[in-house]
Amino acid sequence: MSIQTADNVKRNDQPARSVFQVEAIIKRNSPINKEYHLLNVDAPQSILRCKPGQFFHILCPARAAHQPYLRRPMSIFGYSLEKGELQFLYKVTGNGTRALTYLKKNDVVNLLGPLGIPFTIKPNWVNLLILARGVGLATLAPLAQEANRLERNLITICSARNSDVLMSDNHFRKLGAEVITVTDTEGTSKMENVRHIIEDRICGDGIDAMYTCGSNRMLQLLQGIGTKYAIPGQVALEQQMACGLGMCQCCVRSFYCGKKIVQKRVCRDGPVFGLQEAMAW
Amino acid sequence: MVNLRTRIGDLILKNPIMPASGTFSEELADVIDIGQLGAHVTKTITEEKREGNPTPRICEVNGSILNSIGIPSKGVEHFIKHTIPFYNQYDVPLVTSISAHTSDDFARLCNKVTVPGVAAIEVNISCPNIDDDGKAFAMRPSATKTVVQKVRSSSDLPLWVKLSPNTGETVEVALVAEDAGADALVVSNTMLAMSIDITSRKPRLGNLMGGLSGPSLKPIALRMAYQCAKSVRIPVIGCGGISTVYDVIEYLIAGVKAVQIGTATFVHPSTMINILSDLEDYLREQNIRNLNDIIGTVQDANTIDAVVFMETAP
Ligand SMILES: Cc1cc2nc3c(=O)[nH]c(=O)nc-3n(C[C@H](O)[C@H](O)[C@H](O)COP(=O)(O)OP(=O)(O)OC[C@H]3O[C@@H](n4cnc5c(N)ncnc54)[C@H](O)[C@@H]3O)c2cc1C
Ligand SMILES: Cc1cc2nc3c(=O)[nH]c(=O)nc-3n(C[C@H](O)[C@H](O)[C@H](O)COP(=O)(O)O)c2cc1C
Ligand code: FES
Repeated sequence: MSIQTADNVKRNDQPARSVFQVEAIIKRNSPINKEYHLLNVDAPQSILRCKPGQFFHILCPARAAHQPYLRRPMSIFGYSLEKGELQFLYKVTGNGTRALTYLKKNDVVNLLGPLGIPFTIKPNWVNLLILARGVGLATLAPLAQEANRLERNLITICSARNSDVLMSDNHFRKLGAEVITVTDTEGTSKMENVRHIIEDRICGDGIDAMYTCGSNRMLQLLQGIGTKYAIPGQVALEQQMACGLGMCQCCVRSFYCGKKIVQKRVCRDGPVFGLQEAMAW
Repeated sequence: MVNLRTRIGDLILKNPIMPASGTFSEELADVIDIGQLGAHVTKTITEEKREGNPTPRICEVNGSILNSIGIPSKGVEHFIKHTIPFYNQYDVPLVTSISAHTSDDFARLCNKVTVPGVAAIEVNISCPNIDDDGKAFAMRPSATKTVVQKVRSSSDLPLWVKLSPNTGETVEVALVAEDAGADALVVSNTMLAMSIDITSRKPRLGNLMGGLSGPSLKPIALRMAYQCAKSVRIPVIGCGGISTVYDVIEYLIAGVKAVQIGTATFVHPSTMINILSDLEDYLREQNIRNLNDIIGTVQDANTIDAVVFMETAP
C-alpha cells in the first residue's frame, strides 16, 4: 500500500472548500539580493483565486542541516490566474526559510492556502498610499497590482536601510505606482521626513486610504496621521504561527476594540486589520 | 468492507479517528470534510471567558513542538450558543472538553454542558488544582478521585477522563478514575518541557515552560496507553505523537479502542482523513475484517506484571 503523507484529499461532492493543500511545481527560486529570494511556482487555479494580503502556509522541505517541522507563513507577492503562477518574496532568516532556498526548478513544494483576510479597496478610495519597508513590501506588492487593476492612483513610499536592499521599487513602478524611495544611508527614512512627504500629499491631491505592513514605527506614524486627518487605512501584521487556520490560538495579538483590549488571531481574524485597531508593539 | 466501528462505552463511533482537544476547530472544515471523522473533540473550555498565556506560545523542538497556549476560552454560554449548533450540522458525536481549577467548578461546568447535542464530556484534569497545592489534578490519584467523583455526580453523559504524562502514578490515577465513574480514559495530554534560545538565553516560550507534543511524545504516551489498557476495563483512547497510520496501528495493538490526532494536523491539515483511508487499506491488506480484531494484540504474554506496570526505566 502507499501511505499518503500529504494531501490528495477527496474533494468531490463536498461543500466548496476554500483552503487547499496542493503540491506546486517550482518554476524559479533564486536570490534577488543578499537577503531575499524570489520563489515562483506553477499553481493550480484553485489556489489562485486569492487576494492581496492573504498568505500561504508553506511546508519547507527538511534537509539534513535544516529540519523545520511546522509550516511557515508567507504573503502572496504576486499571482496571476492567466499564467497559473504564484510568487513569494522571502527573507532568509532561519531553518524554514533556509530550507526553502534549496528548492530547485521542477521540485515540488506543498502549499496550504489561500489563508486570511485580504486588504480591501473601497469603491470611493481613489488616491491610495502604501508605506512599506523590508519584507513588508512583499505583502503590499499585490495590493499595488490590485490598485492598478481597479485604476486607482497609488503612491508607494519604499523604505530601506540602503538602496541595495530596496528591491521592490521597480516592481511597484511597473505596476503603475508613483514610487518615492527613502533610505537610512541617505537619512531620508526618518519618520519626520516620511510624515512631511505624506502630509504634502494630503494637502495636495488628498489621500483616501493608507496601507502598511511590518514596521512598528510606520504603523504608529500612519495611526497618528489617520487620526489627525480622518483617513482610514489597513495594516498587515505578523505573528508566529502553527496551524495557520485559526485552530491553535498560537498567533494572537492584542487589539483595541472600542475601549477594551481584545486578543485576535493573526492567521484567521487577519493578517490584515484596521489601522486604528492594531496595537503598536 | 472493513468494519472500522469502535465502541467507547455506550457510544459507537463510525471509526476510531478523532482530533485531540486544542488542535481542532470549526475552521478545519475549510480544508477537509470533518463529517468523516469518528468524533469531534473541541478545545477545552472554562466556565468564564478567559485569555490564554503570553506569546510566543509555540516553539519547535526537533520535529515536535512545545506549546503554552493555555486555555483561552469564550466561556460556556458562547459554546452552547455557537459551537454546539455548528458541530450538530454533522452526524458525528460531539465531545466537549472542559476544565476548571476546583472540583466544584468542574462539576458545575460539567452540568452546564450536559445539554442536547453533546455526546460525551472530556474532562481535562491537567490543570492546576487550587484547592490543593496548585499541582494538576491528573498528577495524583487522590485529586483525580475527587474531581472525577464530582463530575460524575453532575452529569449523566459519558465522561472521558484525560490523563497527563506528568505523573509517576499512571496506573493508580487510571484505576481511581475508572473507580470514580469514568467511561473512558484519554491517554494522554502533553508533557511538561522547556527550551532555551542559546543566543538570547531566553526561554523560547512566553510562559517559560510548555507541553511537548508531536512525534517525540509518542513512545511516552504509547507506554501510558498500554499500561492503562492493561489495568482498567473501560476503553482507552490513545493520544500523542500520531502522524501516520502505522502510529495508529501501534496504539491499537497496545490496546486502545480509538485515537486522537493533534499536532500532526498543524503540519498536514488532511492527516486525519488520510490516516482514515490508510487504515482501511492497511486492515484490508492484512485481511483483518474488523478493527476490534487488532486491538490489544500486543505479544506480551511472557512479561511479568511488574514490568508491565513499571514506572521508571530500568
Ligand atoms: C502572515 C505572514 C506573512 C509573512 N510573509 C512573509 C513574506 O512574504 N516574506 C518573508 O520573508 N517573511 C514573511 N513572514 C515572516 C516569515 O513567516 C518568517 O520569517 C519565517 O516563518 C521565519 O522562519 P525561519 O524558520 O526561517 O526562521 P526561524 O527564526 O528559525 O523561525 C523560528 C520560528 O519562529 C517563527 N517566526 C519567526 N519569525 C517570524 C515572523 N516574523 N512571523 C511569523 N513567524 C515567525 C517561525 O514560524 C518558526 O516557528 C510572514 C509572516 C506572517 C505571519
Ligand atoms: C496547541 C495545542 C493546544 C492544546 N490544547 C489542549 C486543550 O485545550 N485541552 C487538552 O486537553 N489538550 C490540549 N492539547 C493537547 C492535545 O490534545 C494532545 O493531548 C497532545 O497534543 C498530544 O497529541 P499530539 O502529539 O497528537 O499532538 C493541546 C495541544 C496543542 C499542541
Ligand atoms: S496559527 Fe493557529 S490559530 Fe493562528
